[in-house]
Amino acid sequence: MDVEGDDSALPEDSGRRRKVHGMLKLYYGLNEEGKSNEQPQALDPCDINGPHFDPEIYMNKLRRECTLAELMDQETCMVKQIRSLDSDMQTLVYENYNKFISATDTIRKMKNDFKKMEDEMDCLSANMEAITDFSARISGTLQDQHTQITKLSGVHTLLRKLQFLFELPARLNKCLELQAYSQAVSSHRRARCVLQQYSHLPSFRGIQDDCHAIMDKLAQELRQKFRDGGTSAKDLSECVELLLQLDEPAEELCDKFLSHARSRLESDLQGLEAEIRPHSSSSRRESSFHRSSLTAAAAASPNENISNLTSLPSPTSNADILEFIDRGCNEFVSSLCLVITSYQELFIVHAQSDELASKNITQMANAKLHAFVDDLAACYFSLVERRIQEEKSVGDNSLLVRALDRFHRRLQAVAKLLPGSSVPHHGTEIVIRAATERVKQYLSALQSFYMDSLTDVRQALATPRLSVAGGASHLGGAGSGRDAPTSLPELLSSLSASILNQIKSVLASVHLFTAKDITFSNKPYFKGEFCSQGVRESLVVSFIKFICQSSRQFCESAGDKGGSTPPILLLLLSRLCLDYETSTISYILTLTDEQFLVQHHTPVTPVTALCAEAREAAQKLLNHYVKVQGLIISQMLRKSVETRDWVNTIEPRNVRAVMKRVVEDATSIDVQVGLLYEEGVRKAHSSDSSKRTFSVYSSSRQQAARYAASYTPSAPLDTNLLSNIHKLFSERIDIFSSVEFNKVSVMTGIIKISLKTFLECVRLRTFGRYGLQQIQVDCHYLQMYLWRFVSDENLVHFLLDEIVGSSAHRCLDPAPMEQSVIEVICERG
Amino acid sequence: MEDDAPVIYGLEFQARALTAQTAETDAIRFLVGTQSLKFENQIHVIEFDDENNIINKNVLLHQAGEIWHIGASPADKAVLTTCYNKTSDSRVVSCAAVWRMPCDLETESHESPDDSAHNPQALELLCHLDDSTYGNAACVLWEPMGDGKRVISLADNHALLWDLQESFTQAKVSSTATLEGKGQLKFTSGKWSPHHNSSQFATANETAIRAWDLRTMSQIYCIENAHGQLVRDLDFNPNRQYYLASCGDDCKVKFWDVRNVQEPVKTLEDHSHCLRTSFWEPRI
Repeated sequence: MDVEGDDSALPEDSGRRRKVHGMLKLYYGLNEEGKSNEQPQALDPCDINGPHFDPEIYMNKLRRECTLAELMDQETCMVKQIRSLDSDMQTLVYENYNKFISATDTIRKMKNDFKKMEDEMDCLSANMEAITDFSARISGTLQDQHTQITKLSGVHTLLRKLQFLFELPARLNKCLELQAYSQAVSSHRRARCVLQQYSHLPSFRGIQDDCHAIMDKLAQELRQKFRDGGTSAKDLSECVELLLQLDEPAEELCDKFLSHARSRLESDLQGLEAEIRPHSSSSRRESSFHRSSLTAAAAASPNENISNLTSLPSPTSNADILEFIDRGCNEFVSSLCLVITSYQELFIVHAQSDELASKNITQMANAKLHAFVDDLAACYFSLVERRIQEEKSVGDNSLLVRALDRFHRRLQAVAKLLPGSSVPHHGTEIVIRAATERVKQYLSALQSFYMDSLTDVRQALATPRLSVAGGASHLGGAGSGRDAPTSLPELLSSLSASILNQIKSVLASVHLFTAKDITFSNKPYFKGEFCSQGVRESLVVSFIKFICQSSRQFCESAGDKGGSTPPILLLLLSRLCLDYETSTISYILTLTDEQFLVQHHTPVTPVTALCAEAREAAQKLLNHYVKVQGLIISQMLRKSVETRDWVNTIEPRNVRAVMKRVVEDATSIDVQVGLLYEEGVRKAHSSDSSKRTFSVYSSSRQQAARYAASYTPSAPLDTNLLSNIHKLFSERIDIFSSVEFNKVSVMTGIIKISLKTFLECVRLRTFGRYGLQQIQVDCHYLQMYLWRFVSDENLVHFLLDEIVGSSAHRCLDPAPMEQSVIEVICERG
Repeated sequence: MEDDAPVIYGLEFQARALTAQTAETDAIRFLVGTQSLKFENQIHVIEFDDENNIINKNVLLHQAGEIWHIGASPADKAVLTTCYNKTSDSRVVSCAAVWRMPCDLETESHESPDDSAHNPQALELLCHLDDSTYGNAACVLWEPMGDGKRVISLADNHALLWDLQESFTQAKVSSTATLEGKGQLKFTSGKWSPHHNSSQFATANETAIRAWDLRTMSQIYCIENAHGQLVRDLDFNPNRQYYLASCGDDCKVKFWDVRNVQEPVKTLEDHSHCLRTSFWEPRI
């Protein structure tokens, strides 16, 4: 039965062929591929195409499952398939048969060919054997020659080397002539080891010696070149490199390099120094350079240089500090940086890369470099400082600040190149010093400005237009007040304003030091200490203190030597100090604090302390003013009392001229003080202030009587004695006491001093009848006019009473004048 | 001493002249001269008894006039000089004289009740230091530590050195010094220096202090403008020969080193008005 049929549902030929192939393969047991995949399918015994097809089971299954018609259809289909399979098989068999035949033919042909080839192969192997034989024989013969040749070629190279060695001196010489130093050094380096190794052989020794000699010469030349200094930095570094390769001791080279660099840098410095003060003596300059060039190996030149330099006219003598610093930066600092870089390249970086360099060399080189830089920088700094010190004029601070900024900025380059160097630190110190110096200069400028303004004020006061004293009429002093009132307060305000302006401008100038674009302004010093200690304390506070101090000095020195200070100036200054106390000081300090953002790390002078000082100064000045004015009037009164013969005087008809003068002076002082100080309080006047009467005997006569009862005199009782005892217990008048800051208090002080002196003088004299009467008249006159000036008119009354009483006591013939007569005389003037 | 109550002695008249009785070594005794135009002037001899803390006094009459200056002889405790004002013919003249106190002074207690009944004794005039040709006497200075034979009197602008002879009864001007200058110059005060063998004395006029050498009667040094105002008095430091104190109307006491008279060594300004006199405390 033909079960080998396929389901002919596959329409495609290719697919069908593959199927066929697959089946053939199965047939031949060549199911190498997809075995596992097909397994389940293949195991199905009902699969007609599967390898495990069981016709029995299949049949049973069909019989069980299908209807007859279906079975019939199945059967027809199956038959159809079997037929097509048969035809397929036939085709295949036919095709393969042909192929088999051709294959059989080919195989037969090959068999023949192989036989032939075998023969040839045999022949070849025989031939090869013969060749091997021959070859062995030839190499056996050539062996000797070969070794000889190898030896010869070895000798040849050796000879070439030897030739190189022998030619080395000549070559080196030639190089030397051509100044191809680097070539010479590299040649020598190559030969050096060999020469060293074979130096026990005399011929080599000769060569080595020659080479040494030449190399020494070369080294000499290099050194010479090195020393001459004319060469550029690049040449120089090349020289150093070669010399290093020649095993020159690095230390010596460092020294030489540095000394060479030093001489160049020093010439820069000399150039700089020539700019500073061209008139200074050359000897000083020479000495300063001798010192610095002592360490330099090439010490030959400086003196000549100096003489050249000094003989040179220096047209740039008045170069400003910015130019100077520029020049210093561009010439000195940049070449210093150059030297540092090349030095570091040569001795430090190079040495580090070279394995031969031990750490010692690097350290040594570094140490030398630091010493060198420090030394030169010190010279440079001293020059810069000298230059800065010359910068005395305080006019334009921005130039200095810019110069310092540049100076500081350029030093940062050195700092970068040479970390750990003290140079930038010193540089900053110089800047700080310059800044503090500047602050000091500003302080002294402010001080001299203040003194100058005082001189101006003094002159302004001395001009007759402003003189208040003198021309006053005793009737209220209106005449004298006319021209003065405009000027005195104006003078005060202009003085105060100009000082304030000056302080402001100085603050603005100093403020430049802390500007944001200045490199050193962010240093902690400039942020903190400079602002608080420098500007606030030693500039502003010092200046205010100076004002107070100088004011106090006016009180101390001027007192004895007569009126070297005009009293009106004292008054003006007193008002100035008082103004400072009330407002100006706190204003200035607030301004400073705001401008400089002062953070007080260190204790600073508090505003209150300054105010107290100013107030004290104001008080002292005003006291002194009172004293001086009082003493001037006292002097007048004293003279008038002392120079007169009071016993033999005539009957009074007039008030003495000196009393009128006293009243005039008091009036003008009153006007003066009124211009600057407020009125102040005074006790209420009684209605008859100007018309008091004076008893000839002291007002306390009744009290004296009371004391007399308890007292037993050894002589007839003098009533005045008891009144004096009474006075001991009455209110004491403090003559030179402190005055308050108002007009009335000032005037009271002055009048107190004057009248007290009058009293003291009267007590030393002896009076006749008319003398006493004259005093009566005078005192009445004074009472008429002086009461209005003082705070408590009783004071004037008391003192005048005392004067009249004392003169009555000192009178030989005490016959007082009628009060009405006195009044008539006084009213007459 | 500090615990004791202060001792106060009251005078009937005003007084400006006071001196210590330097020749008296046993007791603490002062002489005070009074000023009164109307009554007899007196010299009070005041003895302080520091053991009992009481004062004993003696009153002597000084009839010549009111006393402006008094000086006790350093050698004889009974001898003293005064400068006094004499008013006569409506003129006031200042004179100087040497006096002797009566020797039989019985000391009476200050508090004695029969005080008023007692008749004071008068001083015995020894001689006038008659310097009317030279002007009004301002003060008389005894030679310190001397034998009481020499005095200097200052009169207007003259300084006169007197020799007292015949037990003080005759006075002779041995030499004079005159202050020359513009205006009416007048000595206000003076002191005889105890140093340099008593060969120097100092005077004050106006604001200046001058020192003089007795041997040549010429000026040694001058402190111009020693005070802002009139110089009232001066004194030498008894122990330090170059130091001098002065006081004046400018309420200041100044201490000077006479080797450098440009600046005072020290200035005191604690007084509130014109100072009349100044003394060194002897032990400073």
